[in-house]
Amino acid sequence: MIAIINYDAGNLASVSNALDRLDEPYIISNDPQELELSDAVIFPGVGHAVPAMKSLKRRGLDRFLKETDKPVLGICLGMQLLFESSEEGDTKGLGIIPGKLKKFDESKGKVPHMGWNTFTDTVDCPLLNGISNSQYFYYVHSFYAPVNEYSLASCNYINDFSAVVGKDNVLGVQFHPEKSGTTGSLLLQNFLEHVHGRASKVKKSAL
Amino acid sequence: MLAKRIIPCLDIKDGRTVKGVNFEDLRDAGDPVELATRYSDEGADELVFLDITATKEKRKTLVDLVKRIAREINIPFTVGGGIKKVDEIEDLLHAGADKVSLNSAIVNDPELINRASEAFGSQCIVAAVDAKRFGDSWSVFIKGGTEDTGKDALEWISEVEQRGAGEILLTSMDRDGTKEGFDIELLKKVNDRVHIPVIASGGAGNIEHCIEAVKEGGADAVLAASIFHFQEVEIKKLKKSFKDHSIPVRFQNHN
Repeated sequence: MIAIINYDAGNLASVSNALDRLDEPYIISNDPQELELSDAVIFPGVGHAVPAMKSLKRRGLDRFLKETDKPVLGICLGMQLLFESSEEGDTKGLGIIPGKLKKFDESKGKVPHMGWNTFTDTVDCPLLNGISNSQYFYYVHSFYAPVNEYSLASCNYINDFSAVVGKDNVLGVQFHPEKSGTTGSLLLQNFLEHVHGRASKVKKSAL
Repeated sequence: MLAKRIIPCLDIKDGRTVKGVNFEDLRDAGDPVELATRYSDEGADELVFLDITATKEKRKTLVDLVKRIAREINIPFTVGGGIKKVDEIEDLLHAGADKVSLNSAIVNDPELINRASEAFGSQCIVAAVDAKRFGDSWSVFIKGGTEDTGKDALEWISEVEQRGAGEILLTSMDRDGTKEGFDIELLKKVNDRVHIPVIASGGAGNIEHCIEAVKEGGADAVLAASIFHFQEVEIKKLKKSFKDHSIPVRFQNHN
């Protein structure tokens, strides 16, 4: 069972509709105890970093996300909050991945970065199985994570930034796979396969 | 590289798609979800649904329609037409719309842009501006192009950007429905002023017009209705022509 974290900043309808289209059962929850029962967590997000972090803290979801060893997929703001801090409202993030979010330089291009864009510098990983550098994903964001050692793919708009990141059990994508057509569905399917492969291994070792 | 977007626009009345020329001779054109699915399969990058339903009671069907669209469609879509309040915007976003387009309401109540963008983020607030040319300047029209507000379009566009709009849907009323091409001069002037994406609308008659809007006008996206509805231009062919003209464009199906 997949859990979608509900914390007043997610575009829950889009993510849950995408899981429906993939015939994947899920729960939507803001209760850390309920989240503990899931195989993996999708951490969506649209909006501003400051109210989003406040909402996570109020419900103890920040601690859950920092401590869980379940697979986590952060999407857009959900991915950004995995980092240490953001220039957006000068707020602290969850600090799971080192680094600070920066704002795109408005003197060099239009902000937000809105529309379909591709990757470069892709690192081989299960999430990106069958996805090439020529395929497009849908992005909408004004802040970006600089490329660092946890980047699994980078995108270029105004400058290079992290499109996909991964550290231990935690993955994050800056774009919206739930709004990225068939290519986005493939990426979500890859995440589910990664989760279910892992879930069945955990069950076997428990026997 | 960020791709230029192709955006078909669907007019919705009482929950059904309608086709017409200049809002006259409206004909039922079927289920919006079916048409939206077809456009999405053909490679549309985004969709705009414009509700032209007159009565408030019937507008409630719009939220239900948005829910149905969101279940079926896996590309972003915008909903517009007669939206006046923050709670109406909230209902549409919660139903699954990615963006809302605001037009007459923000002219009457410019603060609505501030309130909406603070509540939901600039990225989902599209300011729709209907501009009509008078000599060397353009005037903003509202109420479906029937009322001249006397506002200067370029000044108004700068104001909506400052107030927090995330995107401009710029319609040239002089060109709308003419199929003579976009108002390139207007597009250029707007692009010189703003730092947010601009969608060109009004006047698309063929592939060359769309290329011109991007190459000369600097548009980030091209919106059209009738050329797609009446199948005068195929989205696939349009995208191939973009590619042939070195305009970055998204292709689906792993090619």
